[in-house]
Amino acid sequence: MMKIEVATRTPVGDKSLKCQSIPIKIAAMKVDVYYGAKQALKAINLHVENYRVMALIGPSGCGKSTFLRCLNRMNDTIDICRVDGRIELDGVDIYAKSIDTVQLRARVGMVFQKPNPFPKSIYDNIAYGPRIHGLAQRGPEMDEIVQSSLERAGLWNEVKDRLNEPGTGLSGGQQQRLCIARAIAVSPEVILMDEPCSALDPIATAHIEELIDELRENFTIVIVTHNMQQAARVSQKTAFFHLGEMVECNDTEEIFTNPVDERTQGYITGRYG
Amino acid sequence: MPTTLILVTIAALTVVGYFLGRGRAVEVAEGRLARLHSVPSYHGAFVALWAGLPALVLLAVWILAEGPAVMALVLARLPEALVAVDEQTLSLLRSDILNLAHGVSNGRAPDPLISDAADFYNQLHGLAEGCLVVLGAVAGLIGLKHARSRITRDLRARNLVERALNIALVLCSLVAILTTVGIVLSLLFEAIQFFSMIPITDFLFGLHWNPQAAFSGDAAGSFGAVPLFTGTLLITVIAMVVAVPVGLLAAVYMSEYAGPTMRSVAKPVLEILAGIPTVVYGFFAALTMAPVIRDLGMAAGLDVSSQSALAAGLVMGIMIIPFVSSLSDDVINAVPQALRDGSYGLGATKSETIREIVLPAALPGIVGAVMLAISRAIGETMIVAMAAGLSANLTANPFAAVTTVTVQIASTIRGDQEFNSPKTLSVFGLGLVLFVVTLILNVVALRVVQKYREKYD
Repeated sequence: MMKIEVATRTPVGDKSLKCQSIPIKIAAMKVDVYYGAKQALKAINLHVENYRVMALIGPSGCGKSTFLRCLNRMNDTIDICRVDGRIELDGVDIYAKSIDTVQLRARVGMVFQKPNPFPKSIYDNIAYGPRIHGLAQRGPEMDEIVQSSLERAGLWNEVKDRLNEPGTGLSGGQQQRLCIARAIAVSPEVILMDEPCSALDPIATAHIEELIDELRENFTIVIVTHNMQQAARVSQKTAFFHLGEMVECNDTEEIFTNPVDERTQGYITGRYG
Repeated sequence: MPTTLILVTIAALTVVGYFLGRGRAVEVAEGRLARLHSVPSYHGAFVALWAGLPALVLLAVWILAEGPAVMALVLARLPEALVAVDEQTLSLLRSDILNLAHGVSNGRAPDPLISDAADFYNQLHGLAEGCLVVLGAVAGLIGLKHARSRITRDLRARNLVERALNIALVLCSLVAILTTVGIVLSLLFEAIQFFSMIPITDFLFGLHWNPQAAFSGDAAGSFGAVPLFTGTLLITVIAMVVAVPVGLLAAVYMSEYAGPTMRSVAKPVLEILAGIPTVVYGFFAALTMAPVIRDLGMAAGLDVSSQSALAAGLVMGIMIIPFVSSLSDDVINAVPQALRDGSYGLGATKSETIREIVLPAALPGIVGAVMLAISRAIGETMIVAMAAGLSANLTANPFAAVTTVTVQIASTIRGDQEFNSPKTLSVFGLGLVLFVVTLILNVVALRVVQKYREKYD
């Protein structure tokens, strides 16, 4: 199903060379991020492959969430945040003037750390995105989008009889799957997940992890996680961040069994972080 | 004077008690404060309370009981013939003695007997005050010593002090509650008296309000309050039509769009609007707004009276804008950022996010704010009195002069009133209606706001 192509762009000589693989969905080149005068990310080069799960790991405050939020320009909502460098989605610079963040975010969806269902019914939570993007009008067409999104998020059977109840009344794990369904409903190409399981119990976490694995068929996924087992379970590629730098990026198996950098080794063996 | 002296003494004793108690606690701890059940400052407060409270209670009881007790002794010395009279003469006698004792002359030469009694009264009174100073100091010292002797490592000083504080807090809230209850009861009793003169149905459903006519005999027909209710309603509706959209949109701008500089200027300015006395709004309405509206109306070929519901309502709306906007601003800010992020993350624009996510989430709070604003508008008096007039017209025409419940109350209660005429008593009926309506509105508003709070805390 996946086409194998030669990488059109080779990143400027550093560790992320190992990440070169094909085809590339998102390419970050020399990305610097500043919050006011403080530099949060330093010259990040990273490639995310299509239809793969990329995990970003690293100790708290290392900038992995900041990087994630650069990918759909969520950092734009923070006044003091400044992004330098180039981030490409399918070869197009997403920080170019011609790019509309609204359209970008429809292509690059996001799931947050804490489940944040809107104070609306379950149905309206899902229908909100398609409606504002004009993907469907109210009626059977919308019903279908809602149903298929909930089915793909593995939530349909649990909520099909109570679509009109508020989304805030679901359990934490269900709420998070509702948020994933909500993101799927706008048919994005990439889904960004910012520690999606950190507020959930182990069973709900297992649910979400299974779901991530299934979603890989249709979406490119970038997930930030504190849980290294989780990174090992769900991802094919892993990037390790430390103090605003991207230290190492490789196949997940390689990272966890045979890390190149000392810092990576220290972190995954639990010596610090 | 002695009362001041005793108060100063008690205050000094509590301060001394605090330090003694704290010192004693440190002493019994023998160098390791962790051995104490409570930290030393609680021991200090415990001793201070014991030094102050019993003495204060004694002072209060003494002040209440001293006057009658001394008077009884004085009267006991007077000849039987003077004292064995009816209660009214006796109370005259008492006040004569008191007046003399305090050096207030009634212009007549005093009866030597009474003059003697007054001297005796002064003598006893002075003695009593001296006793009080001594007793108060003694009570304070005994309390202090008692409390200090109770200090051990295991004394639960914190719990005892906190219980005392607890009681003090309860007393404070009781003052507020009892005052409210008192006002409501007096309102209720006077209103019942009014309704015994004017049938309640005539009052609530009568269409004709003209209390002046009550003096010419036609009492029952002139207390129909419906014109007042409709006048209030009309002005409130006009005020809300102005205040709710403007206030709400201002709040949206302030919390979602305005930059920090804009906000730091605009918010205080809006709050200044809230700080303008209503009487200033009132003459603005009467002297500026009403003539403008009249001239505009005349230019448009309408018949506008120089005092109009529209002028009062508009100005009242302006007055309420900051009320609505600052309350709404608060609830909009309380909508979690996570919801906004969720919406932006789906590719929603700012206005979509505000319309579809933020405002619905804040709606209960906004409804609460509007309810509170309505009860404020209903209770407003000054602007209406100045700009809308006193004539109780039953009309829905905003260009006509109308009057409201509050204005009628204010204009009736001016100057000396005889307290059993239905005209005066009618204000209690009106006040009761006003009270019930605003109470219901406030309760509903608080309920709604509470429901909102539960959701995001």
